Amino acid sequence: MIPAGFEYHRPTDVASAVAILGRHGDEARVLAGGHSLIPMMKLRMAAPAHLVDLRGIAELGRIEIGDDAVVIGAMVAQHDLIAHEGLAQALPIIREAALQIADPQVRSMGTIGGNLANGDPGNDMPGLMQCLDARFALVGPGGEREVAAREFYESAYFTAREDDEILTRVIVPRPPAGAGWAYEKIKRKIGDYATAAAAVMLGEGFASVAMTNLADTPVWCEAAGRALAAGDVEGCVAAMLEAIDPAEDNRGPVAFKKHAAAAALRRAIARAQARRA
Amino acid sequence: MTDQTMTPEERAASLEGMGCRRKRVEDVRFTQGKGNYVDDVKLPGMLFGAFVRSPYAHARVKSIDAEAAKALPGVVAVLTAADLAPLGLHWMPTLAGDKQMVLADGKVLFQGQEVAFVVAEDRYLAADAVELVEVEYEELPVVTDPFKALEPDAPVLREDIKDQKEGAHGPRRHHNHIFTWEQGDRDATEKVLAEADVTVEEMIHYHRTHPCPLETCGCVASMDKATGKLTVWGTFQAPHAIRTVVSLISGIAEHNIRIISPDIGGGFGNKVGAYPGYVCSVVASIVTGRPVKWIENRMENLMSTAFARDYWMKGRIAATKDGRITGLWCHVTADHGGFDACADPTKFPAGFFNICTGSYDIPTAYLCVDGVYTNKAPGGVAYRCSFRVTEAAYFIERMVELLAIELNMDAAELRRINFIRKEQFPYASALGWEYDSGDYHTAWDKALKAVDYEGLRREQARRIEDFKAGRTRKLLGIGLSHFTEIVGAGPVKNCDILGLGMFDSCEIRIHPTGSAIARLGTISQGQGHATTFAQILASELGIPASDITVEEGDTDTAPYGLGTYGSRSTPVAGAATAMAARKIRAKAQMIAAWLLEVHDDDLEWDVDRFVVKGAPERFKTMKEIAFAAYNQAIPGLEPGLEAVSYYDPPNMTYPFGAYVCVMEIDVDTGEWKVRQFYALDDCGTRINPMIIEGQVHGGLTEALAIAMGQEIAYDEMGNVKTGTLMDFFIPTAWETPNYVTDHTVTPSPHHPIGAKGVGESPNVGGVPAFSNAVHDAFRAFGLRQAHMPHDHWRIWRIAENLGLHG
Ligand SMILES: Cc1cc2nc3c(=O)[nH]c(=O)nc-3n(C[C@H](O)[C@H](O)[C@H](O)COP(=O)(O)OP(=O)(O)OC[C@H]3O[C@@H](n4cnc5c(N)ncnc54)[C@H](O)[C@@H]3O)c2cc1C
Repeated sequence: MIPAGFEYHRPTDVASAVAILGRHGDEARVLAGGHSLIPMMKLRMAAPAHLVDLRGIAELGRIEIGDDAVVIGAMVAQHDLIAHEGLAQALPIIREAALQIADPQVRSMGTIGGNLANGDPGNDMPGLMQCLDARFALVGPGGEREVAAREFYESAYFTAREDDEILTRVIVPRPPAGAGWAYEKIKRKIGDYATAAAAVMLGEGFASVAMTNLADTPVWCEAAGRALAAGDVEGCVAAMLEAIDPAEDNRGPVAFKKHAAAAALRRAIARAQARRA
Repeated sequence: MTDQTMTPEERAASLEGMGCRRKRVEDVRFTQGKGNYVDDVKLPGMLFGAFVRSPYAHARVKSIDAEAAKALPGVVAVLTAADLAPLGLHWMPTLAGDKQMVLADGKVLFQGQEVAFVVAEDRYLAADAVELVEVEYEELPVVTDPFKALEPDAPVLREDIKDQKEGAHGPRRHHNHIFTWEQGDRDATEKVLAEADVTVEEMIHYHRTHPCPLETCGCVASMDKATGKLTVWGTFQAPHAIRTVVSLISGIAEHNIRIISPDIGGGFGNKVGAYPGYVCSVVASIVTGRPVKWIENRMENLMSTAFARDYWMKGRIAATKDGRITGLWCHVTADHGGFDACADPTKFPAGFFNICTGSYDIPTAYLCVDGVYTNKAPGGVAYRCSFRVTEAAYFIERMVELLAIELNMDAAELRRINFIRKEQFPYASALGWEYDSGDYHTAWDKALKAVDYEGLRREQARRIEDFKAGRTRKLLGIGLSHFTEIVGAGPVKNCDILGLGMFDSCEIRIHPTGSAIARLGTISQGQGHATTFAQILASELGIPASDITVEEGDTDTAPYGLGTYGSRSTPVAGAATAMAARKIRAKAQMIAAWLLEVHDDDLEWDVDRFVVKGAPERFKTMKEIAFAAYNQAIPGLEPGLEAVSYYDPPNMTYPFGAYVCVMEIDVDTGEWKVRQFYALDDCGTRINPMIIEGQVHGGLTEALAIAMGQEIAYDEMGNVKTGTLMDFFIPTAWETPNYVTDHTVTPSPHHPIGAKGVGESPNVGGVPAFSNAVHDAFRAFGLRQAHMPHDHWRIWRIAENLGLHG
């Protein structure tokens, strides 16, 4: 459980971080909270020669609550997502989801940017951000571009981010007033990734539904959202069950996961409906 | 208040002796981070060792190329079996009479097996060098199923003994067969089964799991070439036995070996055995002349050192139609992995599994255990239980539940009518034990009353109605368990480990000012010996517990003992403590008599002093006597006040308890929640109720883990699927229910203070309570047996198989 040797860099602005990444190509990896990357390094499943720590870059640690959108810096820790009152007002579903990630120790280190950039289908934030139709700001040698969360995930650990790009901000549109919301996660124990998790937003004539750890990417299902918008809960569940593609692992066989997925989704819908103003 | 004005009760209370909720003296250090664990041992010039391990479960080792590793600056040596062979140390004896490879000798038998030992200047370099050792393997067919291992054409695992027809425990009938162990009366049991009104037959699996202590195994070996003395600090639950074993296998004279167990961060059986890491560290220290440290990481701990359980128990139980159990038959297929490294007393290859008649008066019984080799890690330790007792308790507590289903009887009532009655003790069981004492009916009735058992059953009936009517998706399970433990191994006449009798010891020295030090042959790993043994002494000697130091774990200073596991410390070393204290008190009485100028017999003991009978104002306190022992020339008495006792217990002790678990279960997701848990323990005389409660809380939490998800699982290729704490379930505070503890007190008649031991009872009784709760929730829908662990998907599968998902 000892990682291979590496060079450690701690730039203080995004441009220098991007420059270091550019210099070392795929030898370099960004280090955020380290709670996905360092375990991989300890298992020697990852052995980057250069680690570029983003913790010295102050601008990545901000949360801005705008009228139309909330902007969250990539280095905001999951703990800070929970603690931020303004964010809890604007998007309470983020607090509900963040509280279900790992445990307090992990949450005080792990960041939203790391959780989103990691590309692990077990991470909770990607599905949530797809549900919320967030956009990710990526900064690379050629400047900044934005990618929709719903376009970002290609397969397990593969995303639209280039090796020399840094995810800097997450732009989350504010849902319409009175929308109902819920993040429901079924897991084996505290500190576990989801057996099945569901993010649900719904309101007058709209609904958005995404699920986590039931395919090699998060699953945002347009048809499920459409059915739910029309008030058809079972249609929503059926559409989602079509869209997911879980794999057997220690959490259980495929049939169980589908059953648990349906249960998680129904719970999330029920809670979101109850919360709708 | 002075000595003169205090009542005897006040004086007794001020001693903080037996029965006192004395705070743990260890915790001042532990909670301040001032513990001293093996990884805290840092010696000048110390090197660090790390293993190259096999990625395969069964393979031939074609070649090992360590050149690149040796070329890495800072790497001092790379040991392989070829280097150990000239010393005869490439294999080592196991506690079970088998032998085990220290480093792969031509082949590997389980994933994670030790192949080479890299020694480097620090642990980082050692980890890098491990990556550079090139091993060429040729994969062999893997067998992880003990039943398949016994098929005629199963791959030969142990080529070294494939033609050996006789094993350490009798004949071997197949190349992967280790032993057959039989107890009881086969013919009589078959007859009872054939003639019974009712019989039930079922296969019950107690899955493989692991003790997984917070601190993993490790050691620091330091050979001082100038003095010829070898010192080994390590996570040893039995330091003296380790010293003898090291001497026997290394040839180093025993007086030149010093074994030190510093603070140990939990053992639970994981730290009883001898591991390749110890041997390699010792050899590396001898070869390099420098101290060598080896510490397992978590994955290595889960994969390679000492698993527990893995018993397939086929049971048959016979009863009359009104529920009197008349016979019990059991056949166990015991999966021991690649080497038989079980930690059991030598004559008991399946431990004390023959306690499997449990708390019941079963006149006729038969047990047969077959040990089998598979491509899994060796071990088979008593994980927070006496040897194989939790398997036995689980077996009988499932069989009784199954019988209740068959008879359509209430499971609590069925138990009650079959309990051994109070007046039957000492009770000779059909499988050969003599239970010392018990009062099961009183405990059972108290437990059922405390939880309002009838009310719970009514609630459960309503819940079933609601479920059937579609008003809820949650079922309610009421898990019962009445267990009998067998601990305190044990009488030297039948209990030994590698020929060492399982007595234990205590040596006490009273200092001139009346304080004391006691040293024992046991070693605490969290049990709080420094607290509780001082309490025994306080009550026996009238010296405040706070004036007594308890020291264990250094073989140069402590008297010889067999260590701490199997709840043996209190039954054996605790008895030795009381007996040594009584020797001191006898001498103290003579000193007091001389000081008071009366005859010994004219004195009586009063809490902390000897008093002249009929003249209460004339007395000598223990403190005064202690001083006199060092400054008076007493005719016919040697100076000083010391004693040592080696205690060979006349019998085991038999703690018991009654547990009730109430569990809510979601049939769609398999999620569960323990709503209530009531644990009544009878461990005889209670030394420190607070420590007992702590032990019960901890043991129940481990039982919860095992029943509800904790498992060492292998795939078909022999890969460990649960090698990290992401998949190996350790409950956090969140999953841990609130426990209500209770007790009755039935002292052991043969133990000097009547104490029976408690550390493991909650695991033994807890596993069946949790598992029975799951089973009970589905009883109304036709469930008979569903194997543990009851993790979410397996509970879901129960409901699915019963058609509860519509
Ligand atoms: C015991 C445990 C339990 C866990 N349980 C959960 C859980 O239930 N749910 C869950 O969602 N997560 C869970 N996690 C993961 C945790 O939330 C991680 O913190 C998170 O996945 C990664 O965030 P990080 O800041 O730690 O990123 P790091 O580990 O530092 O980085 C992760 C990856 O993302 C890249 N990266 C990080 N930041 C950026 C950036 N700004 N731009 C570009 N690339 C970047 C890194 O190079 C790396 O490849 C768990 C972790 C542990 C250790």
